[in-house]
Amino acid sequence: MQALTNKAQQVDRRPMNLLERMYLPAIVKGMAITFSHIFKKKPTINYPEKTRPFSPVFRGLHILNRDEEGRENCTACGLCAVACPAEAITMEAAERKDGEENLYKEEKYAAKYEINMLRCIFCGLCEEACPKDAIYLSETFAPADYQRKQFIYKKEEMLIPHPINEPEAYAKARGNKVVTSQ
Amino acid sequence: MLLALDFALIIEKLVLIIIVVMASLGIAMYTTFAERKVAAILQDRRGPNRAGPFGLLQPLADGLKLFFKEEIIPNLSNKFLFILGPSLAMMTAMMTSAVIPWGDKVHLFGRDIALQIANIDVGILFVFGVVSMGVYGIMIGSWASNNKYSLMGGLRAASQIISYELAMGISLIALIMVTGNLGLKEMVVQQQNGWWNIAKQPFGFLIFLVCSFAECNRTPFDLPEAENELIGGYHTEYSSMKLGFYLFAEYINMFVSSVIMATLFFGGYDCPFVDESTISQGWAAILGVSVLMAKVVAFLFFFMWVRWTIPRFRYDQLMRLGWKILIPLALFNMLVTGAVILYFNK
Repeated sequence: MQALTNKAQQVDRRPMNLLERMYLPAIVKGMAITFSHIFKKKPTINYPEKTRPFSPVFRGLHILNRDEEGRENCTACGLCAVACPAEAITMEAAERKDGEENLYKEEKYAAKYEINMLRCIFCGLCEEACPKDAIYLSETFAPADYQRKQFIYKKEEMLIPHPINEPEAYAKARGNKVVTSQ
Repeated sequence: MLLALDFALIIEKLVLIIIVVMASLGIAMYTTFAERKVAAILQDRRGPNRAGPFGLLQPLADGLKLFFKEEIIPNLSNKFLFILGPSLAMMTAMMTSAVIPWGDKVHLFGRDIALQIANIDVGILFVFGVVSMGVYGIMIGSWASNNKYSLMGGLRAASQIISYELAMGISLIALIMVTGNLGLKEMVVQQQNGWWNIAKQPFGFLIFLVCSFAECNRTPFDLPEAENELIGGYHTEYSSMKLGFYLFAEYINMFVSSVIMATLFFGGYDCPFVDESTISQGWAAILGVSVLMAKVVAFLFFFMWVRWTIPRFRYDQLMRLGWKILIPLALFNMLVTGAVILYFNK
């Protein structure tokens, strides 16, 4: 029968010679190889002291954005909730009162904004759907917890720190975010 | 009659026994830790390093985990024998450490205390006999589990141990011909004054090494514990502390085998380049114990190094190696040793 590829290798079925039958030379060679592995560099990363570097487009935890003056971007339009394939986002809208111009950018804002991290699949569709650049996915992992209730993140936990009042925290949370063109 | 008992001797031996047992248990505990660390280092990763500094409390965590598990005794098993199995394995593992000379004499409280629990004339024979009894622990445990897999595992383990004991014994005969007596303390004293026995019996050492791998059920002879072949082997039905005993007994066996090999072939507590008569007795004893421990650590590392290097033998290959290769080689070694001794005595 004609061979289909030229990668066929003839199986070595010769009987073992004396040196091979003694097993010991082969064992010693193998032990030398394993011994050399003691001195090789280990690829293990000591998490949580060190972390693996992520790319800027890594999809981690959600962050609710603010503009340069520190006002919340989110208008509770609901596009992210509609876009979410896992139905993880819920929100309640509220009207901006007269004294709150410095808190919220538009007249409608989200009074309650909750994401259920157990349902979220971190696909990033909410980030793509948002018209106000209000939600984006950062580089943090979702941390572990003991109760299911703790995984429903409220608006306050996801809001980015104020850029004017807490500039270092804001810069850290902004991270290496790649700004996609709208 | 009571006053005729030498209480000081009894107390001395009791303290020595307690120290040796505690040390064996402690060393076996940290051998499990060392096994995981050495395995990791040979496999390009780090071992357990989270439980305590550098992971040193890991054996404690393992022991506590075993304590908290449920003690299961299968309904249809023979309850007495089920519990007897691991106990026997542990007992024989510990008993062998009774005749090993851990060091030279120490002078405390006005007495010369020899660092050996029982300095009997037939030291090696005692060790051998107790190791043979270790088969019972596995056999009884596997049979009492009322489980086909355990029985098969136990049968394989028993036949393996019995087969390799023969070659071990014959290689020991050659060694005893060279040293002239069976007592372990005398052997160490002889090696202190002359060459180490490894120079006189290199081939015998090789055979003894291979056989002690088989006795401890260590790779490449770890078929009794090959989980992917026998489900669990003889410890399938065991949980919690009884399993802990089986696993511990294996590590104590390993430790005692290392000590015996170090004592028989590598000089025991003899430090090669130090003349013990020049330093004070207390320091000599400490030096001796540390040197013996260093040799034991080297042997244990060797055990683990081999484990993570070579694959295990198939059962028929194992039997063939024990009966058709090692026994003739050991006999040949014995004959050659006898001939050489005869020639030099002429």
